[in-house]
Amino acid sequence: MTRRYDATWYVGRRDFLVLGAGTFLSVVASWRRTTQQPDSLPGTGPAGRLWDPARAGRPLPPVTAADNDAAIQVIEKQIHCTCGCNLDVYTCRTTDFTCTVSPAMHQRVLALAHQGRSGQQILDQFVRENGIAILMAPPKRGFNLAGYFVPSVTIVVAGVALTLVLRRWVRAARPAAQPAPRGDAGATPEELARLRRELERLPS
Amino acid sequence: MTVLGNLALWLALLVGVWGALAGFVGGRQARSDLAYSARRAVFAMCGALLVAVFALEWALFQHDFNVEYVAAYTSRNLPIFYTWSALYAGQKGSLLFWATVLSLFGSLALVLTPRRHSDLLPTVAGVVALVASFFISVMLFGHANPFQRLPYTPLDGSGLNPQLQNPGMVFHPPMLYLGYISITIPFAFAIAALLSKRLDADWLVAIRKWTLLSWLFLSIGICLGMWWAYVELGWGGYWAWDPVENASLLPWLTMTAFLHSVMVQEKRGMLKKWNLALIIGSWLLSIFGTFITRSGVISSVHSFTQSSVGYFFLAFLLVAAAASFTLYATRLPLLTAETQLESMVSREASFLFNNLLLIGIAFSVLWGTLFPILSELVQGTKVTVGPPFFNQVNVPLGLALLALTGIGPLIAWRRASLPNLRRQFAVPATAGGLTLLVLLVGGMRDLDALLAIALGGFVTATIVQEFARGTRARHRQYGEAYVFAFARLLARNRRRYGGYIVHTGMVILFVAFAGMAFKTETEATLRPGESASLKSPYGYTYAFTHLGISQYDALNRQVTAATVEVRRNGKLLGILAPEKRQHVDGLGRPTFQPSTEPGIMSLLREDLYVVFGGTVDGTEQAVFRFTINPLVWWVWYGGMIVALGGLIVMWPGGGSPAARRAQAGYAVRLVGEKP
Repeated sequence: MTRRYDATWYVGRRDFLVLGAGTFLSVVASWRRTTQQPDSLPGTGPAGRLWDPARAGRPLPPVTAADNDAAIQVIEKQIHCTCGCNLDVYTCRTTDFTCTVSPAMHQRVLALAHQGRSGQQILDQFVRENGIAILMAPPKRGFNLAGYFVPSVTIVVAGVALTLVLRRWVRAARPAAQPAPRGDAGATPEELARLRRELERLPS
Repeated sequence: MTVLGNLALWLALLVGVWGALAGFVGGRQARSDLAYSARRAVFAMCGALLVAVFALEWALFQHDFNVEYVAAYTSRNLPIFYTWSALYAGQKGSLLFWATVLSLFGSLALVLTPRRHSDLLPTVAGVVALVASFFISVMLFGHANPFQRLPYTPLDGSGLNPQLQNPGMVFHPPMLYLGYISITIPFAFAIAALLSKRLDADWLVAIRKWTLLSWLFLSIGICLGMWWAYVELGWGGYWAWDPVENASLLPWLTMTAFLHSVMVQEKRGMLKKWNLALIIGSWLLSIFGTFITRSGVISSVHSFTQSSVGYFFLAFLLVAAAASFTLYATRLPLLTAETQLESMVSREASFLFNNLLLIGIAFSVLWGTLFPILSELVQGTKVTVGPPFFNQVNVPLGLALLALTGIGPLIAWRRASLPNLRRQFAVPATAGGLTLLVLLVGGMRDLDALLAIALGGFVTATIVQEFARGTRARHRQYGEAYVFAFARLLARNRRRYGGYIVHTGMVILFVAFAGMAFKTETEATLRPGESASLKSPYGYTYAFTHLGISQYDALNRQVTAATVEVRRNGKLLGILAPEKRQHVDGLGRPTFQPSTEPGIMSLLREDLYVVFGGTVDGTEQAVFRFTINPLVWWVWYGGMIVALGGLIVMWPGGGSPAARRAQAGYAVRLVGEKP
């Protein structure tokens, strides 16, 4: 490299290559394998112990057959988890496994099921203990019927009303409808009939 | 910078109030000086709010933790993308974002609207300035100022909620906000048309692109929200009928209804009252959604912190609804139809029934969302209205709507004759029937899924038939090769055929939703080397083998990842690595906000979804939930196709409707239509 009169540097081709190679070699020389942090410690049991178990969240009990019982899941899908997640108990307890409320509710369901109670009896028990808001959908009785049927009834009534209004409009339009002036187009009845047929063949 | 931000907010408010006054008076008295001033006021307000946004972003990027908002939503080790998106992560910042984007849209509307609508623009400027001023007022007077300082400076901020640290955060909230906010522009034009009594179809032309834009943003925002919920929250679904999700769906439904019924007004001069009511209703629903999200009146996982801001929105909603509908009522005599309905079996009538269903679904969603409050008022007990309720009420309505998606385009405008109907319905009805038969023979017995897929077949055949006929007509008329005829058919009649592409996307979405009826899942505790198996609805057997657990540090989190090998019928498919994360702040202190990242393998037919629940006694023995979700990938494909169709519809150009019809292969003019 040579310094020019205006204080800038002239770099020749050879200098450039030497600089490039030097940079590359220095990068290679400075590269070190990233120190891998230990993950698990093998040989401490049937499965290795984790390096830091606290990082994996709270310890969980092993899954039992009852956890996968379809009948239990059906019941839990009707019970609202009270942790504030707005999900049902089954979904909440299997979503990220951080909630502590839904597993407790799950245990309560299992305990009631072990007492020989039916699904409906378990739901009734939950309602007695927690109020009606514990159900994912309100039971179909009393004022709650309005919740289920007002939308459907409104739509049916609106549909009937719309049909009647449209019929009235169509009837009102009939006398007002004038036949198309034939002479304007200068077409014969045969030509008009052909045009009508052609128009009907067109996609609307 | 906070001083600059505060000053900018106050300036924006003052200019906004002036803009609103000048706009309404200028529009009413036809004073060009006031109209000009109102226009400039909207530009100035936009400039001031952009300065405020810059000041807040500056504080976020400089980690100025003395600013309460910065300390609450960022930390030193927050990735740069999420530091940027913290602008709208909290209540206060999102209000600023809302007001800024509204003033920006208002300015664009004032600049881009053709001159022939210039007499509407002063009032448009007035409405935009008024609404934006309301949002600024909430920030300044509702204890929601994003520039509020703390009496002390924390060493580090609390950081962004881990579940918001997902790429979805960068795109989903802005898209939804853009959808909500842009509805204000059509609303402003509607108010301007009502005030000026210029209630012909002209104002509809001015708002067409804006309504499409708003609908497109809402569609993309909702789909992105579904994707985010699916990949981030870990519950294996994408729609939970949460009140805030419902709030985003409501204006989308009413805007969809409007985009259909506005065609009737443009073509036949009918439904003027209805279209105006839909625009006003859509805007009010966007404000209602904001109220729901920010008031805490209904419990939702998406809600911002409960604050007094909700009362401001409730008051604004009530006043705006009363003022808009009073104005609307006074103009009803001017909103008479230019033509009359000629037949019950016509495109116009089918659009009306389509609107009935869309509004019916919107009503049932609104009803279900508000029913807990109503129940508490009437019977003194709060009830929970969750997915079972919404599915029971809305699935039949959705299926009816899907049927109408196919029926509507098959019926002619004005009057459909019997031979025409027979000819139009023959192929699609056969396709639908055959689909149903194949499914039944294949052993499918879920009624909703059967109907959804069979109707999907019917609607798809309708769309294919429309494209085929149009292409054939061009080929016959212009001698174009079929490929070019198809391309030009689409290019020269974007509104109609783009609409069919949107319908295609909707069919795909409905079929994909039906797939969730066949979801299968299981929980298992596995030691390294052990496997769990699960059978998919297609008959495959998937084996999930737990290989081991790794622990490592990432940028702002400590990760515990399980490695799971996936095999289908014994053949290796790949490896999944679901994670549990413990987040830490910039000083390495835990934020006590654990999160779970599912491992997802998306296949064309089904998704394999693995959640790593945790470990047993600190060993590598791990608890998993394995789920097979059929057709989920098609939800995202469907969403993309809907967005693509929307873009095609709103792409500029295409010529006049008559020219477009001629170019598309129809050299026919409707009786009474001007050339």
